[in-house]
Amino acid sequence: MKRLTFSAILAAACLSLTAGLMPSLSRADEGPATLQFREDVGNLPSAQRGARDFMAYCSGCHAMKYLRYNRLAKDLDIPDDLLKSKLMLGTDKLGDPISSSMPVKQAEAWFGRAPPDLTLETKARGSAWVYSYLQSFYLDDKRPLGVNNPYLPGVSMPAVLGELQGWQKLEPPIKGEEEDAPKFELVQAGTMSPQEYKEFVADLTNFMAYASEPGKSDRIALGFRVILYLLVLLVLTYFLKKEFWRDIH
Amino acid sequence: MAIVRNPYKTTGFLGWIDDRFPLTKMWKDHLSEYYAPKNFNFWYYFGSLALLVLVNQLLTGIFLTMNYKPGADTAFDSVQYIMRDVPWGSLIRYMHATGASAFFIVVYAHMFRGVLYGSHRKPRELIWIFGSLIYLVLMAEAFCGYVLPWGQMSYWGAQVIISLFGTIPYIGKGLVEWIQGDYVPADATLNRLFSLHVIALPFVLVGLVFAHILALHEVGSNNPDGVDIKAKKDPATHIPLDGIAFHPYYTVKDLVGISVFLIIFSAVIFFAPEGGGMVLEQPNFQAANPQVTPPEITPAWYFGVFYAMLRATPSLFHSALPGVIVMGGAVVILFFLPWLDRSPVKSWRYKGPVFRSLIILFAIDFCVLNYLGMQPVSPIHTVIARIGAVIYFGFFLLMPFYSQWEKTKPVPERVTE
Repeated sequence: MKRLTFSAILAAACLSLTAGLMPSLSRADEGPATLQFREDVGNLPSAQRGARDFMAYCSGCHAMKYLRYNRLAKDLDIPDDLLKSKLMLGTDKLGDPISSSMPVKQAEAWFGRAPPDLTLETKARGSAWVYSYLQSFYLDDKRPLGVNNPYLPGVSMPAVLGELQGWQKLEPPIKGEEEDAPKFELVQAGTMSPQEYKEFVADLTNFMAYASEPGKSDRIALGFRVILYLLVLLVLTYFLKKEFWRDIH
Repeated sequence: MAIVRNPYKTTGFLGWIDDRFPLTKMWKDHLSEYYAPKNFNFWYYFGSLALLVLVNQLLTGIFLTMNYKPGADTAFDSVQYIMRDVPWGSLIRYMHATGASAFFIVVYAHMFRGVLYGSHRKPRELIWIFGSLIYLVLMAEAFCGYVLPWGQMSYWGAQVIISLFGTIPYIGKGLVEWIQGDYVPADATLNRLFSLHVIALPFVLVGLVFAHILALHEVGSNNPDGVDIKAKKDPATHIPLDGIAFHPYYTVKDLVGISVFLIIFSAVIFFAPEGGGMVLEQPNFQAANPQVTPPEITPAWYFGVFYAMLRATPSLFHSALPGVIVMGGAVVILFFLPWLDRSPVKSWRYKGPVFRSLIILFAIDFCVLNYLGMQPVSPIHTVIARIGAVIYFGFFLLMPFYSQWEKTKPVPERVTE
């Protein structure tokens, strides 16, 4: 018994050592600290608003080539007629993926690089990054488009959402708070209040998080059932083992 | 023509088979009359779990191969096709990707068990060698599989690993081009790694697993006491007194282990399939781009130990060759373990305090090195990794001395409870 305990302690020590080190794993993508954001894919109204806003403000330049319109409609509970009239671009069919209307060659000439596909953006950079990035365009005379972004220095994307958010200046970091997310000062108000804009970006990020893995909520729901089944299996196998091993020793 | 009746006197359909094929013989030799020591503990679950994960990888791999399209222009898109459009595709892919990590966890535990209880010692040297070969092939298999999604980390990981061959003097540069089939990792590279991943390496892997188990069943299993159970047999039945039939005793016991394993495995698959960036890395959600290097190229977590040693070894004449030699040596040295350990006893239970402490130190060292391999380079990390590498090699290379020199405790005649 003593030996068993020792083995167990050793195993536990190794495991906890490894596990204890895990959280300190730094993200590969170094940059300024992001704002706090918890994606809420299960929040259907938020994802629906995000889909509407994505189609209105983003899809002119950015495609989502791995997400089909009919999948989106099914998952986000959007009726076909609403989908066709409000979300889809003229010639697209229901089973088509979300494409951008911008020709790649010209986009490269205009912006220096073609606008990236956004289907997997929240997985590639993290949803908190997307949430922070979309709130952090600031005025910068040195850039050709007059704006910059601390999360993507030298950003080639124009501040498309500027009319909603308003225009802001980057504040120099306060001593002792350099580790915090960058702070801004609003110099010209937009059509939305800061709170409204924040919610607008949260909806958009939620939609993008949904788009990065449409099956996520199904996966989690299935997971609970699978684990419940396995717990029952564990009880059965445990007593099966006990029964068979009664005659050993 | 008359047929030689099988010695098991089976009749009917089974009898017909047994007269022509050793079915009952195999069943008895390997399951119902294979006598394993009755004192297996926690560490003995990992062998059967490794087999389970192997089957998981083979089955999920078959379905992934049906939908995956190798090729620099098609691979990344086809993975998203699997994730979105193939029925159950995302689950199958998560099982396969998480299975790779699970494979290394159970194999590392299985190997450590061998070190703890001296399972590599005479007469089980060949089992250990087959096992080490399995580990080597598994590393190659995992590397090839890691490249297939053709994301940023796949691409740059492939670039880093293949370029290691470039450190070999004279032939290095040509060798890298020969392996890649191009000047940089490209379409040709992806296709040949795919071929290795789905045909050549699994074929070798399964063959080695058979050899591993056959060798084990030839000499019999070791146990936590390192006692030879065949030394004390029942005079009438010739069954070892401390042996119990693998089936049903260990089959039902392993079912419990499998249930627990599946719960943990499913928790990862369903609730954290990216493993916090350890199973599926963030940069791998961007398609491979030869023009953009990711800020940090890290190998899969299970290569951390070797990557840490590679980076920590000082280069010589601007060549990373010493690091590559150290890294390769760290794997090759495993093969010599049966002859490095000269202790008169097998199990660490009866070894002296020095050997026992060194095994614990080695386990900690392994975890620390693995952690460092996943971290960005920094001067302090390099110093710790160098100390770690010295401990790693010291544990093996000094073993002939400390294992022989240290006094051991008396080994009981029969296994303990």
